[in-house]
Amino acid sequence: MLERRAFAADLDYGRAGPSRGEWAMGIEFRGVTKKYPDGTVAVDDLNLTIEDGTITVFVGPSGCGKTTSLRMINRMVEPTSGTILLDGADVRDSDPALLRRGIGYVIQHAGLFPHRTVLSNVATVPLLSGWEKRKARERAAELLETVGLPAELGKRYPAQLSGGQQQRVGVARALAADSPVLLMDEPFSAVDPVVREGLQDELLRLQSQLGKTIVFVTHDIDEAVRLGDKVAVLRVGGRLAQYGTPADVLRHPVDDFVAGFVGKDRGYRGLSFLSAGDVLVEDVPTVRVGSAPGESTDWRLAVNDEGEPRGWLPPSSTVDGDLSESDLLAGGSLYQQGTPIRGALDAALSSPASLGVVVDADGKAIGVVTARQVLDVIENHPQGVTR
Amino acid sequence: MIGEIIDWFTSSANWQGADGVPTRVLQHLGYVLLALVLASVIAVPIGLYVGHTGRGGVLLVGSGNVIRALPTLGLVTFLFLLFTDSDVAAIIGLVVLAIPPILAGTYAGLQAVDRAVVDAAEGMGMRGGQRLWQIEVPIALPLVLGGVRNAVLQLVATAAVAAYVGLGGLGRYLLDGLAILDYGEVAAGAILTALLAIVLDVVLAAVQRALVPRGVRLAEAGAKKEVSA
Repeated sequence: MLERRAFAADLDYGRAGPSRGEWAMGIEFRGVTKKYPDGTVAVDDLNLTIEDGTITVFVGPSGCGKTTSLRMINRMVEPTSGTILLDGADVRDSDPALLRRGIGYVIQHAGLFPHRTVLSNVATVPLLSGWEKRKARERAAELLETVGLPAELGKRYPAQLSGGQQQRVGVARALAADSPVLLMDEPFSAVDPVVREGLQDELLRLQSQLGKTIVFVTHDIDEAVRLGDKVAVLRVGGRLAQYGTPADVLRHPVDDFVAGFVGKDRGYRGLSFLSAGDVLVEDVPTVRVGSAPGESTDWRLAVNDEGEPRGWLPPSSTVDGDLSESDLLAGGSLYQQGTPIRGALDAALSSPASLGVVVDADGKAIGVVTARQVLDVIENHPQGVTR
Repeated sequence: MIGEIIDWFTSSANWQGADGVPTRVLQHLGYVLLALVLASVIAVPIGLYVGHTGRGGVLLVGSGNVIRALPTLGLVTFLFLLFTDSDVAAIIGLVVLAIPPILAGTYAGLQAVDRAVVDAAEGMGMRGGQRLWQIEVPIALPLVLGGVRNAVLQLVATAAVAAYVGLGGLGRYLLDGLAILDYGEVAAGAILTALLAIVLDVVLAAVQRALVPRGVRLAEAGAKKEVSA
């Protein structure tokens, strides 16, 4: 009930580059290798620069060293050789505990402290850093709001929260230190897909406000492409296979491994990065639910009093009296104007009338598109599928 | 038999003086508490160290099993011959008996703390000691106290051996009653021992409820619900 979903309208899909937080700082891996005593190489000569104020996703199959690479940033794992620079300074020059208090850390299953209330969980790092108790709790309460949790949840214990709520508390706890850098190790992979999507939206919304340097680990290429400004694809044995923008990785995989990993429908996924600005929205005959529909040989879109689409009335259908929702065929997915073209194609393909319903930011129907029109836009796009 | 027991309990002579019930119960309780404190002082720090660092777990479990296998009566007799001192022999015997359950409870309690929680604590920038006292110990408390309760039950049952080396406690009724074939007295000693064990366990259960943090209890209840669902 409390899983508040961010509206798609909140998201800046174009994301030319998030606003840069003044505290943001970059991270640089220089020839970093991690070899375990049994001879396993977890990370092999990793060279990578993570730009400040961006989300960089480490993605790859299990055993590719993505988590190890992440954990070397806050010294939860020490590299065998090589250097990691945080804002130009070698992380190994810092005391590990102090270093970690300055870096937000979110993990799978949240890892909340079960014996502490939500509020004191969030206040952990400020208290460790010697803040006054009252100030730390005020800050924690603010952060609950930031991550979209109601204030009264602060008094509860982690066991009383849903998985999605726990994960939000985990994010709030990581933000509490005002750290410019956030490390997120598969933070959303233990929650169900619907909640996960909500959490991803929320993370993007937060990032557009906060402009942190986020390093995010996942094994899910969809999540990587959705969240990352940059994606680092790692292969088993801890070698960097490709590092670039999501569109780049989908469009130009450097080799068969990356092509295989990003999957067969990468062409379709690439549409997530293409604007549908040029697509022509056509008018469609509409009927209002609750009024007599009359006769027509066309597909007609049923709308409610607010103008929101409710479903389709097939051609030449007869309705006794006023139109009710039970007379309608369920509609397909809705395409919100201004969002990437992938949604427009999906709306057209999923519609029983083969007409994708286009809505505005308030959810009002403004017209329809056909798959043919969408494909024309895609084919005529000069750079192909790019950001 | 029942009549003999009732006679014994209703005889006012058995409730007064050096051999009276109050004195014997207090003596018994004294051995139990002394042995419990000494055993805890030894076992809890070792359990915390091993549980926190993960070093020496195999050694700890192995030696715990070896100690458990020692017959307490034989050990006390041996110690008595060695030290020729009843108090030392009895108390050392009881301490040795109480160490394994406390050690096992403490170690198991720390081991059972969710790895993600420990990882998060470390990643938040807690130092080893902060992690141990602020996170691991409160979460481990139910199992630690469970170990203590086990130890107390065993101590109450076994503190009767003190009587074998000439000391007091409820064991006196057993030995003295047997010596003069007064089965009423023997049964009374057994009943009093059992009652003491029950009362102490109830007290410790209340202590446990008071000490274990609410969130930990909620988490345990939630875990049980999930298992049964």
